[in-house]
Amino acid sequence: MACKFKRTAAIVSQECLLPGIFSMWLEAGEIAKEAVPGQFISMYTKDKSKLLPRPISLCEIDKEKGFLRVVYRVTGKDTGTEQFSRMVKGDTIEIMGPLGNGFPLDAGKGRKAFLIGGGIGVPPMLELAKQLDGEKQLIMGYRDKQFLTEEFEQNGAFYLATEDGSAGTKGNVLDAIRENSLTADIIYACGPSPMLRAIKRYAEEKQIVCYVSMEEHMACGIGACLACVCKSKEVDGHSHVHNKRVCKDGPVFLSTEVEI
Amino acid sequence: MDTRVTIAGVELKNPVMTASGTFGSGQEYGEFVDLNQLGAVVTKGVANVPWEGNPTPRIAEVHGGMMNAIGLQNPGIDVFCKRDIPYLKQFDTKIIVNVCGHSPEEYLEVVERLSDEPIDMMEINISCPNVNAGFLAFGQDAGNVEKLTAQIKKIAGRPIIMKLTPNVTDITEIARAAEAGGADALSLINTLTGMQIDVERRTFSVANKTGGVSGPAVKPIAVRMVYQVANAVKVPVIGMGGIATAEDALEFILAGATAVAVGTANFYNPRATIEVAEGIKDYMRRHKVEKLTELIGIVNAHA
Ligand SMILES: Cc1cc2nc3c(=O)[nH]c(=O)nc-3n(C[C@H](O)[C@H](O)[C@H](O)COP(=O)(O)OP(=O)(O)OC[C@H]3O[C@@H](n4cnc5c(N)ncnc54)[C@H](O)[C@@H]3O)c2cc1C
Ligand SMILES: Cc1cc2nc3c(=O)[nH]c(=O)nc-3n(C[C@H](O)[C@H](O)[C@H](O)COP(=O)(O)O)c2cc1C
Ligand code: FES
Repeated sequence: MACKFKRTAAIVSQECLLPGIFSMWLEAGEIAKEAVPGQFISMYTKDKSKLLPRPISLCEIDKEKGFLRVVYRVTGKDTGTEQFSRMVKGDTIEIMGPLGNGFPLDAGKGRKAFLIGGGIGVPPMLELAKQLDGEKQLIMGYRDKQFLTEEFEQNGAFYLATEDGSAGTKGNVLDAIRENSLTADIIYACGPSPMLRAIKRYAEEKQIVCYVSMEEHMACGIGACLACVCKSKEVDGHSHVHNKRVCKDGPVFLSTEVEI
Repeated sequence: MDTRVTIAGVELKNPVMTASGTFGSGQEYGEFVDLNQLGAVVTKGVANVPWEGNPTPRIAEVHGGMMNAIGLQNPGIDVFCKRDIPYLKQFDTKIIVNVCGHSPEEYLEVVERLSDEPIDMMEINISCPNVNAGFLAFGQDAGNVEKLTAQIKKIAGRPIIMKLTPNVTDITEIARAAEAGGADALSLINTLTGMQIDVERRTFSVANKTGGVSGPAVKPIAVRMVYQVANAVKVPVIGMGGIATAEDALEFILAGATAVAVGTANFYNPRATIEVAEGIKDYMRRHKVEKLTELIGIVNAHA
């Protein structure tokens, strides 16, 4: 059984990448040692009025140091993520992880892969790009301003799409794939639902194996409360209906397996 | 020091249980909690057949708590008996199975199945809507509560706990009805019906529109109701609603609860149950309390 831990983590560094987008390194010990790309951690606020965890994907994993990197968006005023963004080196935060299944690395081994990220779905693609052993085409879509692009450039063939056309292909990630005539035998994707829905359709048309990372509101983060389900084709292991748990059975699913 | 409490002849090693629906059947929490250290594990509501539950989003955060509309998703009694009971039997703790249904027949079918199983008690969740009564919850009508309790008691073959909904005008009336129907114990409170609107999206925070509010925010209401019910009936009361610390649990015990359950707190502190149990022992040491039972309901004596 995979090991999970709830612990206090010290913040190693925090940096603002863009207005509203922050990058935080955490000293997470055993959580980092167990983690694989595509997994996430639950981050808890210190504010007793905000009790539920904020699930945030792992952007980088440094097993040697026991460090984890998360890159996250502040969603608004007085939110939990805003509180995280004000934390500085040396502050501590409660976290639990590593949670979820992660991206299957074996499935992509030696193959030609698309790693697709959109918006705040971009961060988990970085650790995947570092660990995946195959031909990597990294296709990242942003509304306007970009983040993590230099890191992506160092870990594969990098393609960029922006909605406003300020950099790379004007349009979305699929426009970038078409404009550059890219092909692949496997897709890994994380991003907003409309993007995942379009990629699912694309993968089905082209008959490419496609893994998507899903999002849902969470309470326990470990598969007990049944808050975070998504509609699945297969019967789920818990209730034997068609409700897979994003926190435990996911967040990564075969695109053919889930309704997006 | 003696932390044991007895409910309907079932002796618990300590008064701390899990609140139904917040702990699954214990498997997921096994990595964080030694189940042997709990007074009892109360499992997620189980029905006669699998229930799909509600659409998502099923939960939302509220100030100091949460709101849920999971919709009682569960695998049905067959899978539950084959998988969850044998899992829990490995531990030295009491097993209390929470039962849900849409009609008396559905409840009775589950209770009958459970009557042969190696479990210690059943907890009947009467906050479910009754399809035969315009979807009013069973627990909102004293007459229905008494009748359902009596029907269940007849076939259960083991102690039954009726779990009361707080969404009523006078909870003591419902408590008395359950006692009159033959309930061996009462547990309360279930969640308080609430609503939250996401003003940015201009829609309800949970897809079901309404949800049950739980967590620290509801604790004063829960303590008040436990106090009222404990003073209205003779059967033991299990208190819950916002318990996160030993002090919270002790409030309920001093107000009249024989045992307590920890719910929402498990979500942000998976070891909450153990910390509550340990904290109660510390309190007993500090206040030189020999037997936990000495504390039950004594707030009255100090009034
Ligand atoms: C598996 C997974 C991985 C994620 N990875 C990242 C990431 O790497 N970077 C990033 O910026 N965001 C990520 N998210 C989204 C992130 O969890 C939410 O943006 C965040 O929880 C919002 O919290 P808040 O304090 O800003 O908002 P608040 O409004 O204070 O949140 C209120 C409640 O709603 C929940 N909530 C609100 N939006 C979401 C959402 N989109 N998904 C799940 N719960 C939500 C919060 O967790 C909290 O319980 C991920 C979500 C999931 C499910
Ligand atoms: C996510 C969730 C699921 C629940 N499921 C059930 C259930 O299946 N049956 C039941 O009787 N009560 C259920 N409850 C109610 C709890 O058992 C408890 O009565 C209530 O949440 C108050 O306690 P708390 O504030 O400690 O959570 C659920 C509560 C939550 C938050
Ligand atoms: S968050 Fe509780 S089951 Fe996924």
